[in-house]
Order: sequence, then C-alpha cells, then structure tokens
Amino acid sequence: MEAYKKHTSIAALMDRSNVDTDQIIPKNFMKKVERTGFGIHLFHNWRFLADNVTPNPDFELNKPAFKGAKILVAGENFGCGSSREHAPWAIADYGFNTIISTSFADIFFSNCFKNSILPIKVSKDELAALMAEIAANEGVEFTVDLEAQKVTTPGGIEINFEVDAFRKESLLDGLDDIAWTLKHEDKITAFEEKQKQALPWLWK
Amino acid sequence: MTKTMYEKIWDANLVHEPESGSPLLFVDRHLMHEVTSPQAFEGLRLQNRKVRNVHSILATIDHCVPTKDRYNIVDPIAKKQVETMTANCAENEINLYGMDSNQNGVIHIVVPEHGFIHPGMVVCCGDSHTATHGAFGALAFGIGTSEVEHIMATQTLQQKKAKTMLVKVEGQLSKYATAKDIALAIIAETGTAGGTGYVMEFAGNTITDLSMEARMTLCNMAIEAGARAGLVAPDQITFDYLEGREFAPKGDDWATAVEYWKTMVSDEGAEFDSVITLKAEDIAPQVSWGTSPEQVVAVDAVVPAPSDFDDVVKSQACVNALKYMDVKAGQKITDINIDIVFVGSCTNGRIEDFRAAAELIKGKTVAQGVQAIAVPGSFPVKEQAEAEGLDKIFIAAGWEWRDPGCSMCLAMNGDELKDGQRSASTSNRNFEGRQGKGGRTHLVSPAMAAAASIEGHFVDIRDWK
Repeated sequence: MEAYKKHTSIAALMDRSNVDTDQIIPKNFMKKVERTGFGIHLFHNWRFLADNVTPNPDFELNKPAFKGAKILVAGENFGCGSSREHAPWAIADYGFNTIISTSFADIFFSNCFKNSILPIKVSKDELAALMAEIAANEGVEFTVDLEAQKVTTPGGIEINFEVDAFRKESLLDGLDDIAWTLKHEDKITAFEEKQKQALPWLWK
Repeated sequence: MTKTMYEKIWDANLVHEPESGSPLLFVDRHLMHEVTSPQAFEGLRLQNRKVRNVHSILATIDHCVPTKDRYNIVDPIAKKQVETMTANCAENEINLYGMDSNQNGVIHIVVPEHGFIHPGMVVCCGDSHTATHGAFGALAFGIGTSEVEHIMATQTLQQKKAKTMLVKVEGQLSKYATAKDIALAIIAETGTAGGTGYVMEFAGNTITDLSMEARMTLCNMAIEAGARAGLVAPDQITFDYLEGREFAPKGDDWATAVEYWKTMVSDEGAEFDSVITLKAEDIAPQVSWGTSPEQVVAVDAVVPAPSDFDDVVKSQACVNALKYMDVKAGQKITDINIDIVFVGSCTNGRIEDFRAAAELIKGKTVAQGVQAIAVPGSFPVKEQAEAEGLDKIFIAAGWEWRDPGCSMCLAMNGDELKDGQRSASTSNRNFEGRQGKGGRTHLVSPAMAAAASIEGHFVDIRDWK
C-alpha cells in the first residue's frame, strides 16, 4: 500500500449529504475482476449526461477549478449503502486521497484505510467553514498533515482531527494489514485449537 | 458483570488484543459471491498466500445471473466475473453453489437454508446485507474486498468494538404489517446514519413472535439504518429452524450446541449505549417516497414537504428527492402510479414472501401497463413455491415467474428500470439509479407490492378487497 504523506492540494467541494456507494460507483461498473481502472466511472450517473460520455457541466467535480483535486470535502454520512470496495478504488483511482466530512458510513470508512485514503471527521461548524472557503475561492489548496493530525487552509482555518493510532501508523507506513496480522499467527492457531475442543461441530 | 449478546460474541471470538495495534476477531463463517471476491483471490495469489480454513467458506453466484435464460450472460465482463468465481472456488476447493447447482441463489437466502449460520458466530461477507444472519444471533456484517482477502489469509479481522443499541418493539402487529414494515419504521425513526457505529439488537415480544424468515428480513435492513449489524436473540424458533439442516450440529453435538447457544443472549439488565422503543400497533404498511430508506411514510400518509423537516440537511435532501422521484409534497402515497413490480432479493425473496404476495393476487390480474416479476431467492425457494402451486397463481395473474438471483435489487444482471420508470420493490435500497439510471424505486413489503401490481398504484392493503 502507498504511504500517505503530508500534502497541499486542491480541495473539491461536494455539498451533498448521504452520498452512497451506488453513486460513487454505479453497479454496472463493478463487473471487473481487477482493482484498477475504476476512476473513469467515479460518480458516473452525476458526472455524465444521458449519452454517458459528455461531462455534465452542472456536476461539481467537472468544474475546471477542481481538476487535480486530492481532497474531497463532502456532506454528512458519506459512503453509506453497499460495502463495495470499488467505491474507494474509484475515489483513489480518480486522484483523491483525502475525504473530509462530518460522518462516514462504517464499512466505507474502514475500506478507505485499506486504500491509502484518509477519511477525516470534522465538526459541523468546521465542515461549514471549509466549505465556505472553497465556495469563495474555488481551486483553493488545503494542507493535510496526518503526522500532526492537522488540516490547514490559506484562509486561516486550522483543524486538529482524531484518527485511530494504529490506522494512522498503517497509513503513514503503507503497512500490509495481512502481514501485521500474521505476526500473531500463533494466537490464531491457539484460538482455533481451543475452539475445536469447545465447539467441535464447527470443524466437522 | 452483565453483558449484551454483542459483547458475549465479541469476547468468544476475540483472538488477541495487542497493546498497540488492532484487536483481532476470529471469523467463523465467510460467505462469498462473484462481485466482491475476485480481487481478493488475486491478492492472495500475488502474495503467495493460501486460504486458511476452506471449510469456513460458502460461496454462490448471484449478482450477475440472468433470471431468464440464465446461462446467457450477455455482458462479457459479467461473464468473466462468473467464470473467475467458478475457477477461484475450484482452485481453492471452496464449496460453491454455482451456476449448475440446484442449490444456487442469493447468498443471504442460500446460506441459512443450509444451516450454515449458528448463534454466537462471527459471520462476514463482502456484502453489506450480511446483516441478515443476525437473525440467528450471529454477529454478521459486511466487509470490503481487502477484508475478504484478510479473512481468507488469517481467518480474522482487525476490528474495533462497536457501541450497542437496543431496539425494542412491543405489541401486536396489525394485519399486513410485516418485518419489512418494522424495519422501515425503525429507519424512519433512526435515519440512515442513526445506527452508524452501533450494533443493533432487536428485542421485545413483537420480535420474538417473528418467524426466522421475518427476522432475516428485519436484520437484513439493519445496514440501511447505518448499523454494522443487527441481532435477534436465539430461541426455540431459531433452534427449530436449524435442526436437521445440512451444516447444523448432529448427534450428541446438537444438545451441547443448544446449551451453548442459550447462553449467547443478552443478560437480564445488560446495559446498552442507546435504547429506542417502538409500539407495534403504530406500524402501518410502509412506502418509501424518496431516494434514501429513511424517506419513508405509512401508506395512508402523504409525501412530505421540505418544510416538514427542521434539519437543514434533511430538508434539502427532501427537495432533491422530490425532484428525482417526480413526486409532489402533499401527494397521497396511494396516488402514486407504478410501472414495474419486483418481489425478490435477500430482503424479501423467501417462501413466506411469495406466499404473502400470492395470497393478495390470487384470482386477480395485473393492471394494464404494469410489468410484475417474481424472483425467488434460491432454487429451493422456487421449488417449494412451485410445490405449493404459487407459481401458477403468479402466472395466472400476469406475473413473470423467474429463476433466482439478485436481479432488480441492484440491477447488475440486465433486469432494470429504464429512465423514468417507477417500481414497487421489495428490495432494500431506493438510492438514485439503484435499479437503473433514472429509475425510481419505492420500497415496500411483498404484500404491498402484490396489491400495487393489481391496481397500478399503491393501495392500503389493510382495507383493500
């Protein structure tokens, strides 16, 4: 996994709540057997007009000012619905590595960390301030420093955010989750042996 | 110290809690389908890792399967996905109810049919509706593909402990109010994010009176309230359902297992982080009017107006939903006309669902211009329905009687709404475009869907003749 580094990048504004994973990557693009190449389908139904090719000029991420954005600032309950990891794959492949919102759906939140995406939870007031700064100055660049757990903006906003210590370490180092877990393989084996004694029918 | 059911399952499956790092939770059962697993198998291959406990896995092919002419998968990418699943399972000796199996069907229908899920287990699947299996008193939740790979390699998940919410439903449900209506009424109460960070336990006499199939419908929808999982305490109804099924404990193990299962319930007086209470008498048949499962009202109500919501975000969501759904504030739900009716899905694709729908359409005819499709959740459901003559009732009424699959619930298999079409659907999500780009979905119970097919619009089935 790619390590997450401090960066200063364009922040795109998506002032919508309950953005679900069906919108992030519509089901007709989930049939691939690879992890790559989903970015071109990100937000397909919003992003393109009825011909499925022409960019929808009314869709926020099609604004030229947001081109190359790495930070997505969005409304509450982002990523609800289906567990599809195709959603974070599409987001990462499109170029985002940070999503800022007041809340995220559980499965999506955890999927982000597996794909070098940092989901940042902020308060309602903080989100409103960030959104206002983007709206007033589209194309503005925010700085995200995971090490210091801080988002700063040219407008003077400074937000300290919370992140689980283990997930932070994994993101910063680009750790392989499975390799970390397998360091505890003796504990897994011991558990299995114990379960074979206690609940033998699970192993028949 | 008293514990909730969730805490007991957590403790029973906790492998290790390192001082730094994440707790590791043992996964007893791992379910798979073709859409969210191929990249996980590829990941294993690339790292030269093996599937740790093959016996813990049960797989099916369901999302991409056509419900008419099932072998004719037109989309070459979908076809490849099905072939990849078949090959991956063969290579790893995984038990797959594949395209040729007479046990094939929707994963969350097939798995309980075989008695694969027991109380006290931890169950995962790369599918958010894994919550279904909480009906057995198992901690069951959806995961992403990276976690599918993680379980295959380690049989564990890195997990954080959730908060607990008790959802108590007491009283006698009115006729024609079903588990689906309970679920929608709960989501109307909590919102789609109300359960975020929580595992919900459903309790109260209304819940304990429900059949296993109804409990599955209820737990299936827990994810639509944002909850990681839903749980119902195991009881005699659970044990009776499991006894004799293929993967249920046999012989001497049965009695030992039941004794163990009886301990895996919340202790009297166990504390929950949050409690909500609903009265069954207040739950009418529900119809969703918007683009989120929380945008739902009783069938005898009207479509709300943005001004009905104090919350700015919900009010704006109402504006957006009215526009997308092409319904008007103040419009009677029973005045909404529909084009397509779908009975099926992991929410409502079981035998009791088809019985309920058949009861209402028997001897009647589908309204002109309405297309109605019945998609059994599995071949065993289909066979059972045919043995009871239900297929004949559907066909005589002008319905299409299809083969099993996820079908129009998420419309990956070619069964979909066209732009602007409106459905009465027994599935679980009414998101924009969920059933096809530009399609408009109203979530209802099977009985409500059945009645709508006859009238061409929603009807209050409590006083419908």
